Amino acid sequence: MNHEEIEISVKNFNLWYADNQALKNINLDIPRRRITALIGPSGCGKTSFIRCLNRMNDLIPTVRTEGEMLLNNENINHKDVDVVSLRKKVGMVFQKPNPFPSSVFENVAYGPRIHGEKNKQQLAQIVEESLKNAALWDEVRDRIDRSALSLSGGQQQRLCIARTLAVHPDIILLDEPCSALDPISTSKIEDLMVKLKEHYTIIIVTHNMQQAARVSDYTAFFLHGKIIEFDETKKLFKKPKEKSTEDYITGRFG
Amino acid sequence: MNLQEKRQRKDQLFAVICLASTITGIVLLALLLCDIFVKGFSWLSWDFICSYPSRFPERAGIKSAFWGSIWLILLTAALALPMGVSAAIYLEEYAPRSRLTKIIEINIFNLAGVPSVVYGILGLALFVRGLSLGKSLIAGALTLSLLVLPIIIISTKEALSAVPKSLREASYGLGASRWQTIRYQVLPSAMPWILTGSILALSRAIGETAPLIMIGALTFVAFTPQTPLDPFTAMPIQIFNWISRPQPEFANIASAAIIVLLLVLLTMNAAAIILRRKYQKKLQG
Repeated sequence: MNHEEIEISVKNFNLWYADNQALKNINLDIPRRRITALIGPSGCGKTSFIRCLNRMNDLIPTVRTEGEMLLNNENINHKDVDVVSLRKKVGMVFQKPNPFPSSVFENVAYGPRIHGEKNKQQLAQIVEESLKNAALWDEVRDRIDRSALSLSGGQQQRLCIARTLAVHPDIILLDEPCSALDPISTSKIEDLMVKLKEHYTIIIVTHNMQQAARVSDYTAFFLHGKIIEFDETKKLFKKPKEKSTEDYITGRFG
Repeated sequence: MNLQEKRQRKDQLFAVICLASTITGIVLLALLLCDIFVKGFSWLSWDFICSYPSRFPERAGIKSAFWGSIWLILLTAALALPMGVSAAIYLEEYAPRSRLTKIIEINIFNLAGVPSVVYGILGLALFVRGLSLGKSLIAGALTLSLLVLPIIIISTKEALSAVPKSLREASYGLGASRWQTIRYQVLPSAMPWILTGSILALSRAIGETAPLIMIGALTFVAFTPQTPLDPFTAMPIQIFNWISRPQPEFANIASAAIIVLLLVLLTMNAAAIILRRKYQKKLQG
């Protein structure tokens, strides 16, 4: 871990939903331009954690947090942080593909547009580039004005990735991006992730152990709101230090 | 009789009761419409729509009432729609989830159930006398706006809350502000339902008589209003006036006027459906 550059540094982080503590004293350094996988059984806090990184939890009124998440030496969860520019830096792809009910073009152009890009040529260029980077351009180039809802589930999810890329984030959060997809679409998205880590820091929540093992460089194992183990993926899967990690990755529970 | 048969019997019995209820409703409505059409249809003509009322039944028309109603509904829409939709957006999207907000929302629900004559009394005190607007179109439109506001707010709020959370998250996730998310994603998605609710609310307003009588709308008007400050009459009032006359011909004229009113209502409801279809198609591509 020492040789890696750190993108986000989480220190003594706690999170409550009303009185229910969902994250307990989380400490984690997320390396830059690597894929970090978060694994663990349902309800262990992975999604709660990832949704703190772009303050998506602000939409839930009962959430309270404590501790630090440092991105460029700034605490993400400080109340003075401009959430809009934070979310521009930290993009998110959700569990279920959620394209806007408009054309493929409009879906990708929406982000740049709300951030002030008006030039049509510029927009068209960003859209093409983003779709190419999301490995979707060849499939949609001749139906870019058709509704995004007419695409298949896997294409919709890659469109959501393209839409995220269009606002030029540094970090991309993926919350179980393949759980609603078939194996072929899943492998396309996995290939895409590996390609994207050249330029982006990627954090992925997944229930699929093979997926974590296949694509990620680092893996954190969550259990009951705590991080039990965090290591290079190879080491964690080959030689877990903790008994519960081993039990989980060998399928003995969860 | 075994248990199986008993259950089937009950099932059939329930289906029969439901069918009977449906048929009763439809038959009563059909009888009512038949009665109106039989009496009124022969009195319907272009002249009827283009003439002012008269004390001679054969010369009487609903020009002033028809245009009065059109004015009234347009003014009401112009007043109530922006206010109602904005209020709903505030309550649904911006207001803190506090007890005060809850109390306000419950009261809006209650307001939707207040008898319209009460709004008439309020309109009379507030607009006709308080603001000295007199028995004018604008006073009528303001009163009807009060009447339909709760319905517009409730239906808009429901339309907004039916927009899937995932759509908002997608927008926020890209760094959109709350206003951008509402303006570009939430409102367009909710628009078909907002329009439907609003048009249905307005079609309720166009049939209202009691509040207009309370604020003193005229019953015999031989001119069409030119400005919102002019006195006016409206179709329901004209119908009410004709029916209360002793001559039997006027009852038939009233039926003819009811047909016109129904046509206007049907047109509005059809518009609601067409608009909704159009928007949905646009959203689904």
